[in-house]
Amino acid sequence: MGFENFGTVSFTAAAKAADFMTHLEAGKVMTTRCRNCGASYFPPKADCPACLSSDVDWFEIKGQGKLNTYTIVNYGPTGFENDAPYILALGEFEGGIQILARLGRDIKPDDIKVGMSLAISPVKLPDNRVAYEFNKV
Amino acid sequence: MPDRNVCIIGGGMSKWGVREASIVDMTQEAAKDCFDDVPALKKEDVDGLLFASSHCGRRSFQVNAAPVMAERIGIKPTSMCTRVDTLCAGGSSGIILATGLIKAGMADIVMIAGGEKLYTPQRWETYYSELASIDHDWDGAQGIGLPPPFFSMTAQEHMKRYGTTKEQLSAVSVKNRRNGATNPKGHFQKAVTMEEVMAARPIAPPLGLFDCTPVTDGCAAVLLTHEDKAKELSDRPLVYIRGTAQATLHSMSMNWPGEHLADWLHLRTAAKRAYERARVGPGDIDVAQTHDCFTISEIIEMEDLGFCKKGEGGHFVESGQSDFGGKVPVNTDGGLLSCGHPFGATGIRQAREMLHQLQGRAIKQVEGAKIGLTHNLSGLNVEHTILIYGREP
Repeated sequence: MGFENFGTVSFTAAAKAADFMTHLEAGKVMTTRCRNCGASYFPPKADCPACLSSDVDWFEIKGQGKLNTYTIVNYGPTGFENDAPYILALGEFEGGIQILARLGRDIKPDDIKVGMSLAISPVKLPDNRVAYEFNKV
Repeated sequence: MPDRNVCIIGGGMSKWGVREASIVDMTQEAAKDCFDDVPALKKEDVDGLLFASSHCGRRSFQVNAAPVMAERIGIKPTSMCTRVDTLCAGGSSGIILATGLIKAGMADIVMIAGGEKLYTPQRWETYYSELASIDHDWDGAQGIGLPPPFFSMTAQEHMKRYGTTKEQLSAVSVKNRRNGATNPKGHFQKAVTMEEVMAARPIAPPLGLFDCTPVTDGCAAVLLTHEDKAKELSDRPLVYIRGTAQATLHSMSMNWPGEHLADWLHLRTAAKRAYERARVGPGDIDVAQTHDCFTISEIIEMEDLGFCKKGEGGHFVESGQSDFGGKVPVNTDGGLLSCGHPFGATGIRQAREMLHQLQGRAIKQVEGAKIGLTHNLSGLNVEHTILIYGREP
């Protein structure tokens, strides 16, 4: 499968990094590292933007990340109206990998502290859709 | 080979706001206003048209829009007729490209027009199209389509690190709405008080209603030509394009190039190049139009354009240094906060105001202004574009 079922609203069904979805369905948030130049990045890419090699490896984003900043979205764009309010956050994981994701629904605004530890994990959405979110460690 | 000095000789705008008019109608209004500004020019002599619009393909269902606009304006371009899209900086990109064409001798008189019809009959469509403005596969899928949440994070970062206050954010809005109150072409002609801004309904805290540029329909147009032709067409003081830059270091929220969201390395990168090209420094700038899509944006721009030290942007604005009588008056026609922001038109609106300032005929004039700077950021802050104008080449 491709990215048809990714996120609340997705736009590009066919993309070369579609293995991301297979891994996500299997319970892992994975991304790629270039075997040629060693660069790693998120989101995953089938071809390395640093050296343009197509020789990339998948690895799982594990361990604790750090919450860098967050915001409460009161007005969602079309497709997200029924989700609002929701909390978006930028987290940073090992190797300087930055990820934008929603905070899990069980995290209340009063519990959020910049710098707090985060984990990232897949989340099932209605209609067989799947995404990833941040959770408290 | 020619290496000609390039001048801006005229500018025009349609009325901006919520318009019962199409993008083609508004482009024609802006072009007419621009031609009226240069009575000696025969419009048949315009040989190029660059049309800046990002959303005409979606919200006006018109791709390859430049020929449509050329016909409605009544010109027949022979050097270049094309559309330019760098979202919020499209107009400035058009001016930079036209400068290059004229400088190289590939074009002689070029109109840069642009704008957007953002209000569509279906409100959902307006707020769906926003998702096309960002990296929709990864940022969009998380629901960050509308800009306020991203700039709210930016504002919180600046407040935490530098002690910037909500009053300082509000001071930007009060200044720009005051400047825009006498600009008949802008979206709003109404000043707001500090109390009103502070008490406005929250959009994405700490940003409230008056911290955000509105959704606006509108178009603008300017004319560029080489120095000799400019002298021939106008008795007004010449206004030269002295230096330009456009810096792109990333494309999505997850690959931010700075140390943190309030550190705009891409803006500093663009500023360094633009100042070098123009052979000036930040202290030489007499007047500036910077991209106040949100109040926090203007505060950080004061810092990373070099008008004040990093972290002191809030104080700079609050103490009047970016107002008339201060170090560098900023957004003298009201900026995005008062005029609105029909993306492709904004850089052109700024160029028109800069033309008026440097020719001494602005509605709110900075006395003796000789060198001016315009600036745009694009999308979720992924690109910075700068032009420096001067009375000398």
